[in-house]
Amino acid sequence: MTAADEVLLRERFRITGSDFEHGGEVSARIKSILKEIGIPVEAIRRLSIANFEAEMNVVMYADEATLTLEVFSNAVRVEVADRGPGIPDVEKAMEPGFSTATEEMRARGFGAGLGLPNIERNTDEFVIESEVGTGTTLRYRVSWS
Amino acid sequence: MEDATAERGQIPMRKVVEILRCEVLWGEELLDSLLVRACFAADLMSDVLAYSDPGAVLITGLTTVQSIHTANVADLSAILFVGGKRPAPDVYAMAEEKRIPVLVTPLSMQEACNALRRNGMSAESRP
Repeated sequence: MTAADEVLLRERFRITGSDFEHGGEVSARIKSILKEIGIPVEAIRRLSIANFEAEMNVVMYADEATLTLEVFSNAVRVEVADRGPGIPDVEKAMEPGFSTATEEMRARGFGAGLGLPNIERNTDEFVIESEVGTGTTLRYRVSWS
Repeated sequence: MEDATAERGQIPMRKVVEILRCEVLWGEELLDSLLVRACFAADLMSDVLAYSDPGAVLITGLTTVQSIHTANVADLSAILFVGGKRPAPDVYAMAEEKRIPVLVTPLSMQEACNALRRNGMSAESRP
């Protein structure tokens, strides 16, 4: 195992579906943690944007999720595993502008079909797995040199 | 001179307050040291997350707590609510915790962007 593979921090966070009042707090907490560790500002920004979009997706569509944060010396890995309806057509969901959001979600400034594309744009590796009726898992990584 | 240290294209936040006739809801003491280059106007937070540059001022009509989280994660410098819309106290509290100034202008999003552009500021709008 090289130094780059060593996990410096692993922490789990719970995200609750439909809880708009607190939607965004997990991303804000993670941002504070990463700032304290001293990760480059640009990497924190990209990761925070990805985390916030992922968190709001859980709030809007899923019952609950666990976000697992793993910090390495030159990368951060995140897994967001939710219990929820799943995505019937992942390829379609990745198209910018495609959305199944309700009016309420749009009135809150989300659900414009940009969430998943925004996560992909801001990360160096992005994998999405989904099973209808069970849930969706996102895995992404942001690295720096 | 108030803006003696401003780089080309930057304007002091105090001038934005003056141009847009803003009321400062929180962060009065942070405004004097704040120089801004660009504004980004949108009601869709995903647009802000996708297209805004760090340090920009967020101009929005969305007064939920997610507007503060958006400004925080995207490293934006201040939030300006348009149309005289005032956020609820929990939104203030979140802005204070994140040390992000919160302002309100009676102008609409369109009027605010136009006024800032007339004063040489970049103001991208995605209403």
